[in-house]
Amino acid sequence: MNDKAETMPGGKALLDRQDERVKHEEGFAGSVKAFWSQVRSGDLGSLPVVVGLVIIWTVFQLLNPVFLSSNNLANLLFDSSTIGVISLGIVCVLMVAQIDLSVGSVSGLASAITGVLWVESGWPVWLAILAALAVGTLIGALYALLFNSLGMPSFVSTLAGLLAFLGAQLYLLGSNGSINLPYDSPLVSFGQLLTMPDWVSYGLAALAGIGLFVTGYRTAARRREAGLSAESLASLLAKAVVVIAAVEFVVFYLNQSRGVPWLFGLFIALVLAMNYALQRTKWGRSMRAVGGNPEAARRAGIPVKRIYLSAFMLCSTLAALGGILGAARLASASQQAGTGDVNLNAIAAAVIGGTSLFGGRGNAYSALLGIIVIESIASGLTLLNLSSSLRYMITGAVLAIAVIVDSLSRRSRVSHGRA
Amino acid sequence: MPDVLPHANPAGELVLALRGISKNFGAVSALTHIDLDVHAGEVVALVGDNGAGKSTLVKVLAGVHQPSSGTIEFAGKPVKLTSPSTALDLGIATVFQDLALCENLDVVANIFLGREKDPMRLDEVGMEIRAWQLLNELSARIPSVREPVASLSGGQRQTVAIARSLLLEPKVILLDEPTAALGVAQTAEVLDLIERVRERGLGVVMISHNMEDVRAVADRIVVLRLGRNNGVFTPDSTNQDLVSAITGASDNSVSRRAGRRAASTPAQENHP
Repeated sequence: MNDKAETMPGGKALLDRQDERVKHEEGFAGSVKAFWSQVRSGDLGSLPVVVGLVIIWTVFQLLNPVFLSSNNLANLLFDSSTIGVISLGIVCVLMVAQIDLSVGSVSGLASAITGVLWVESGWPVWLAILAALAVGTLIGALYALLFNSLGMPSFVSTLAGLLAFLGAQLYLLGSNGSINLPYDSPLVSFGQLLTMPDWVSYGLAALAGIGLFVTGYRTAARRREAGLSAESLASLLAKAVVVIAAVEFVVFYLNQSRGVPWLFGLFIALVLAMNYALQRTKWGRSMRAVGGNPEAARRAGIPVKRIYLSAFMLCSTLAALGGILGAARLASASQQAGTGDVNLNAIAAAVIGGTSLFGGRGNAYSALLGIIVIESIASGLTLLNLSSSLRYMITGAVLAIAVIVDSLSRRSRVSHGRA
Repeated sequence: MPDVLPHANPAGELVLALRGISKNFGAVSALTHIDLDVHAGEVVALVGDNGAGKSTLVKVLAGVHQPSSGTIEFAGKPVKLTSPSTALDLGIATVFQDLALCENLDVVANIFLGREKDPMRLDEVGMEIRAWQLLNELSARIPSVREPVASLSGGQRQTVAIARSLLLEPKVILLDEPTAALGVAQTAEVLDLIERVRERGLGVVMISHNMEDVRAVADRIVVLRLGRNNGVFTPDSTNQDLVSAITGASDNSVSRRAGRRAASTPAQENHP
């Protein structure tokens, strides 16, 4: 705590530190304190999921020492990437307080389209992928049309889509039921085998921390110049060092066996791009505004219908991409693709990661964190040879807990005036 | 009914002119043949009882509702306010009664909502500086512009909403109950602000139930009653005249009877 107002060189109080009633935490210890008070008032951010992840990993590691082995973690990252991409789309629709229940079916349909066009009709693989993605985009546009023009709740329209597109997938695959993708093709290698060379993975990990530091330093410099309070150099450096050390350690551990999958690299790249779009662009700001208060957004001149359109289209397109990657991962486009728990896992991951079901609150990283939780549970239970009946029940319970945490923290935010 | 007074304070040119505006919601006529003039550099107060159509009129001007009939002229040209952004682009800024803030966004984001600097790479520092400037102009007491609006008090939210309306340097500002939620000092600040805005040559339309505030700043007082024009007053007209125009007390059976008697005998008593 700091009693006297922080001052500029000229002796004038900083532009954003002139109100003496407000406590501002300074320095590194201050940041920790501020974070703690934020958590106590219900603004939990990623804290519950990180705590949850530590518990899950500890329990499974105690039950089966293979769980935290480098090889198993690399597999886990392969598995996480496909559904993680779908979950990233769910973050988009949840942000505008809508839902898409058909992402599983859309991903299955996309894998079927890729398989049929590429393997059966002999199209070039890239063209088949583009066609599948385009179908995904069109499906999203259809949902947006139903929602914007006819006022059909997305819950219902996407529930209808869940059945309809599952039907389309079964129709496309015909009586055979599945199409095997060529094992030696680049797409399947990408989905199953390809990992980064060591130097690339170490380099990217270092780049993450350096990038964090440089952008943080630039912002701080601009703020100081403009007479606003700014983060201290020490705190920036500490953050960057922690990030580099943590990521380099993970990379080092993964490089002990298979290394970091390129597939996971693609997923991370999409997460970072989505994070940038949601945090630093006008579009992202509009998404949050529409999710928080659509009427206020409309009166501020935001094209609310176009924002809904973009959210639905992005979600279905990412679902299609996830389906294609899933087909590459399994080397087949089958009737089972996208069915079962894919839908629920993708939605659960976004919610577990901290994106609110009530709209306007969340970030792209929640897809990453959430899917790692979900896949850790799946992987751990598989290692214990538990049947899928138990797996479903446990994953369902975890989702319920995540939603309870979301609702409780929302209530706490309201009572602390931070909703 | 009271006579329509001539323009008390011949201000600048006519910025906004409404002619015969009507708005129906199904069978309900919220507005019927409303005429309203706003000149540059004048404050027009819009008063009326609950359900008189004040807020509906403001929403028509803000582009939220489209009028069922009638014309709107802005700077001499007929315009159609089809959406809030058309109204904003023309230079009609609105502070709504419900403020229309996004509670999940912080103060800076709310002030710049829909008008962000650098759409592809938000200029957060630039926006934060401008936000502080606007808030300081209003002598606002906002602890932090990086807190979600949900954490602010009613008065602070009002200030944020007014700061937002000033961002675009509008020609006309519509204020729907700007002082209803404010403390004594903040009310004075807002009234000062309204006068400062007028001196800059902007037209101000202000809705208020508080006759004291209305008299303090308004150049003309336009009374609405049951969705119709019910007279234009100067701030020095008597309270009784205003109240009877607002409540329609002068247009009841008693006053009509008095009016009939006045027609036959010159001596008139006008006690409702």
